[in-house]
Amino acid sequence: MKQTLVVLVDDKPGILNRISSMFRRRNFNIESLVVGSSETPGISRMTIVANEPDSTKRGNIYFNLLNLVNVISVEDITSLPCINREYVLIKIHAGSGKWSSIGEVTKNNGARIVDMGKGSVIIEAAGEEKAITELIENLSQFNIKEIMRTGKIAMRIGVSQDSDNIVSESQEDAAHWAEKKIISYFNS
Amino acid sequence: MGNSTSKKVLTGAEIIWECLLQEKVSVVFGYPGGAILPAYDALTKYKDQIHHVLTRHEQGATHMADGYARASGKVGVAIATSGPGATNMITGLATAMMDSSPIVCITGQVSRSVIGSDAFQEIDISGIAMPITKHSYLIMDIRELASTIHEAFYVAKTGRPGPVLIDIPKDVQNESIEFVYPTSRIELPGYYLPQSPLENQVKSAVELIDDAKKPIIFAGHGVLLSGASSEIIELSEKSGVPIATTLLGIGSVPDSHPLVLGMMGMHGEAWVNRAIQEADLIIACGMRFDDRVTGNLKTYSPHSKKIHIDIDLSEFNKNVHVDLPVHCDVKIFLKALNPQIRENNHRSWLKSISIWQQDSHQRDIIKTGSTTLMGAQVIRKIWEGTKGDAIVVTDVGQHQMLEAQYFNHEKPRTLITSGGLGTMGFSLPAGIGASFYGSDKEVWIIVGDGSIQMTIMELATAVQEHVNINIAIINNGYLGMVRQWQQMFYDARYAETPISSPDYVKVSEAYGLSGQRVTHIDEILPAMKQAQHVNGPSLIEFVVEQHDMVYPMVPSGADLHQMIYRPYNNNSDILKQVKEEAVK
Repeated sequence: MKQTLVVLVDDKPGILNRISSMFRRRNFNIESLVVGSSETPGISRMTIVANEPDSTKRGNIYFNLLNLVNVISVEDITSLPCINREYVLIKIHAGSGKWSSIGEVTKNNGARIVDMGKGSVIIEAAGEEKAITELIENLSQFNIKEIMRTGKIAMRIGVSQDSDNIVSESQEDAAHWAEKKIISYFNS
Repeated sequence: MGNSTSKKVLTGAEIIWECLLQEKVSVVFGYPGGAILPAYDALTKYKDQIHHVLTRHEQGATHMADGYARASGKVGVAIATSGPGATNMITGLATAMMDSSPIVCITGQVSRSVIGSDAFQEIDISGIAMPITKHSYLIMDIRELASTIHEAFYVAKTGRPGPVLIDIPKDVQNESIEFVYPTSRIELPGYYLPQSPLENQVKSAVELIDDAKKPIIFAGHGVLLSGASSEIIELSEKSGVPIATTLLGIGSVPDSHPLVLGMMGMHGEAWVNRAIQEADLIIACGMRFDDRVTGNLKTYSPHSKKIHIDIDLSEFNKNVHVDLPVHCDVKIFLKALNPQIRENNHRSWLKSISIWQQDSHQRDIIKTGSTTLMGAQVIRKIWEGTKGDAIVVTDVGQHQMLEAQYFNHEKPRTLITSGGLGTMGFSLPAGIGASFYGSDKEVWIIVGDGSIQMTIMELATAVQEHVNINIAIINNGYLGMVRQWQQMFYDARYAETPISSPDYVKVSEAYGLSGQRVTHIDEILPAMKQAQHVNGPSLIEFVVEQHDMVYPMVPSGADLHQMIYRPYNNNSDILKQVKEEAVK
């Protein structure tokens, strides 16, 4: 089962190295990792998709991430309502004779042609992972030369009340937070 | 951030030492070189306040800082230059990481303008060190120097302690800035430390403990680190629950206490492992269920509920599924727990354990009836000769396990050993470091003939510093623990385990320390006495039986209760049997 984690980190040199090094060192499987600046200067937000079927292992991932000094908070949104998106660019080598049929498949899949010419077409699409995979399948009848996927980014729906950000909470709350987290992974 | 009152403009190099003074550092272990030269030059101004120990290798510096930290409970500091100086620290950092030892390592780096150009002696040490440190820093702005050093000490010693590396480019050391040491609370939003225990967790623990029929307490390194010795004894005495220790938990509880059973695990006491397998409740305090402790995880303590008290969230359910994970400092939790548990004595459970205790063959090697030295005998004699009141620093291998079995420790921080990483060459430098703690206890370094040769150059450091250490080399002419595995699991094919040694008495003489050789059991105590009278370092080589083994033993990955006992008959010539077994 895939685990989606939204991670707030200090935007410091080497932070990506620290995260990926931890995954490799602990032998956890990382599926995708997207990082970009957040609404707060100096803090980046990552979406990490891990692939560990076992709930205990998923808990290990969660707590090992949290243990990194530059990781500010980790939110496991795997089973929470959220918007998941991935962006893709696809390059197809095709002469003008194929353009209309490519355009049709593209349009039917809600994607868009962003460049045409000199024997190639570039298509862009944003959507859920499944839709992107479907688009690629439908285009596979053509001569696909390059695929560039961003990996998943995700955001929780609604006003988050339990933000998982333990910083702002009182010490007592923080202790309860840890207990709740432990129970959610290990005693379910 | 608050400001300290004195305002002065200092160089980065001077700021390093000022910060160390603010952190109450009185001794550092290091080795100079190009990229750290400004810091060393500035040291001349601080010589009266900070003692610098010149090591013979940067690995030695890290182990010394580690040994100092483990003996004192303070943060140990090591310093080295860039490139090879920094990479030589890797083993020491990893050793400290695996054993949660608080050290701060400062390295020089090439100037900022040439970072990334493969400059002379440039290496990305803060990157290399990432997976083997609790945290690492590269300081690219002198304005961050003081606050980073302050933060580094805080990270090293709080929570689960560990090594922190600070890499400082040479030109940052040369720049100047007004020195302000931050005095306010460190702001690290992502650094989460547990606070007070939760009432419901205390209640659940009380219920489990009060209901248990065959409970056992585990005392790990966390008990030492949190200073919870008296609390764990109080728990044990009030609830009548016996205590088993891990290797690094040795000394956290007095061995002579009737409720202290001894060490668990691969070379632990057989009756302790049996008790673990039969237990219905484990109360694990500050330990991490290492594979050397558990054996086969599938069959590990199958009937027990498990309470796991640890300060590190990532330890829960890493190896063993626990029923009640308690994220808390051990001492704080036990203080809340102890008043609420019921008084009990578990008479029948303790009786069963004491019956298994009689079955053990482990101690028999002491009574070989021969004059040939056995490693176990030597260690038992060192225990006698020091009345058990010494800081013992061991290396890694057979002698390490024999020390754990035959030297009874009564007090915290009296056994210093590389448990997690198993770093050969650790003991001599760590022992030198421990001697700087200034305790009135003797320091005894127990080391094998393989291990001593890995860091033997630090003898020169010991002589130059005139430290009071006693080095006991247990020389069996083999890399003994590897040879033991070859005998047991590789049909006695001794591939590259026979190892020659220099004449250690002559080596001692050449380095300028007192050296003796002991081959007969009656010579042990007199030789020790002589060593104890030496002001400064002294060395004794004990020439022991080559083919001795450490028993009992749980083979790697085997069930914990499937221990291999010493296969010899108590009444016949043990030495002859040892030799026969070795060539079989």
